[in-house]
Amino acid sequence: MEHYLTTPISPEDLVTIKIGDIVYITGTIITARDEAHLEALNLHKEGKKPPVDFQGNGLFHCGPVMKKNEQGEWTVVAAGPTTSARMEIFQDEFIKVFHPGIIIGKGGMGERTTKACQEEKCIYGYFTGGAALLAADRITKVIDVFWFEELGMPECLWVYEVENFGPLTITIDIHGGNLTEESKKNIAKNKDIILQEL
Amino acid sequence: MVDIAQVIEDTAVQLLKIAATKLPSEVKATLLKGEEETEGSLGKSQMHAINENVKLAEIHSKPMCQDTGLVSFFVKIGDKFPLRSEVKTALIKATKKATPDIPLRPNAVDMFKGNTKNNVGLRGYVPWFYIDLVEGDNLEIIAMPKGGGSSNVGKMKMVPPGKGIKGVKEFVVEATAAAGPLACPPYTVGVGVGGGEDMCMNLAKKALLRPLYQYHEDEKIAELEKELVKTLNKLEIGAMGLGEGPSVLDVHMEFAARHPASLPVGVVISCWALRHAGATVDKEGNVEWHPH
Repeated sequence: MEHYLTTPISPEDLVTIKIGDIVYITGTIITARDEAHLEALNLHKEGKKPPVDFQGNGLFHCGPVMKKNEQGEWTVVAAGPTTSARMEIFQDEFIKVFHPGIIIGKGGMGERTTKACQEEKCIYGYFTGGAALLAADRITKVIDVFWFEELGMPECLWVYEVENFGPLTITIDIHGGNLTEESKKNIAKNKDIILQEL
Repeated sequence: MVDIAQVIEDTAVQLLKIAATKLPSEVKATLLKGEEETEGSLGKSQMHAINENVKLAEIHSKPMCQDTGLVSFFVKIGDKFPLRSEVKTALIKATKKATPDIPLRPNAVDMFKGNTKNNVGLRGYVPWFYIDLVEGDNLEIIAMPKGGGSSNVGKMKMVPPGKGIKGVKEFVVEATAAAGPLACPPYTVGVGVGGGEDMCMNLAKKALLRPLYQYHEDEKIAELEKELVKTLNKLEIGAMGLGEGPSVLDVHMEFAARHPASLPVGVVISCWALRHAGATVDKEGNVEWHPH
């Protein structure tokens, strides 16, 4: 089933979405990888706020290739998802503090994120890994950038306006489903069979 | 008089561009075939997106993936080639130049000083060089950028020698299963056996440079490679790890002699974007581009 969501995404928007469904996002998505997650959570601990509001927006696990045009404005060259599993160690806390509506990445996330998604009403979707030009095509505007000097191009916060960003294959829904974990269980089962037969 | 150092620099910039924007022809063909043969809409849509993206990259000469990798060069320097250490200098300059020109994502991060913003490390190790001294008067350069996601699933194990080839196979299965959905499958798997704990990883990476379906010249090793392709596909990782479509495109192995007490096995995995490009420069500065 296909769903078209516009940011800010509300918990009600997510009720009918199930793992295996396809979602397209229009509105605001913000890139954040390992360093930006850490920095945002550190600021929160100090009672401060990060420079951009994640609430109801898309959180994009992505370190893009960006280039300044002749007018000195940033443009997107390539912007596919990075491996989300690295963010598993703090994603649940991030969801609880900042309440993004959807997380976009690739490779799937684990139990802690699944639980936080269920409790806080957030979903997780795959953009095809490495399909950086298809993703860049759906980004209509670079709204802002933060922490560029401190964290560098791949790790800083890029704020994008997107139109029908997708297709995103939902692998974590708000009902506790996790499609990647199902696939991983199947891989583990097949591995055991193969090792016995070698 | 031709400035050979400049020829090397220009050639390397071009090689980094080819590698980032255009897949080797046999990899492209294999991914297209993979899409055709994939049953199930989840896997098919992932393979379709990969192939559409590969097409866009080539048409617009843009990097196919935002992770343009950590740069390494495989270099063979002929005895009569006029330059030695200047080859390294030229390749480092090329990496710096290619970063804004192509553009490549700045991927060299110093643990203490942060991103160097030009893909060159501050401590002399990045880009990494695999240098071989050979007969003749040519210089061969292969540029190989490798993404972080697929590097993160590389593994090395000192297998007990008593386990023999079966132990090697077990470890390749375990390492590929552990990579699972993490590193943008379908994968190409490079395996290095023997040498020491470092050499097996080098060999595994080098194995990825051999064109797909070109199996080892030693028939025993070739049989092993073909067997592992079949075995690993039984894991059913599938495109992007969703269980549908190809898991592994190919497996290549390189063997070195081992210490009697050791059986080191290295597994280096490439994402679907198996990127490399090569050229040969002769002593007059003429460039021959390798088939791509």
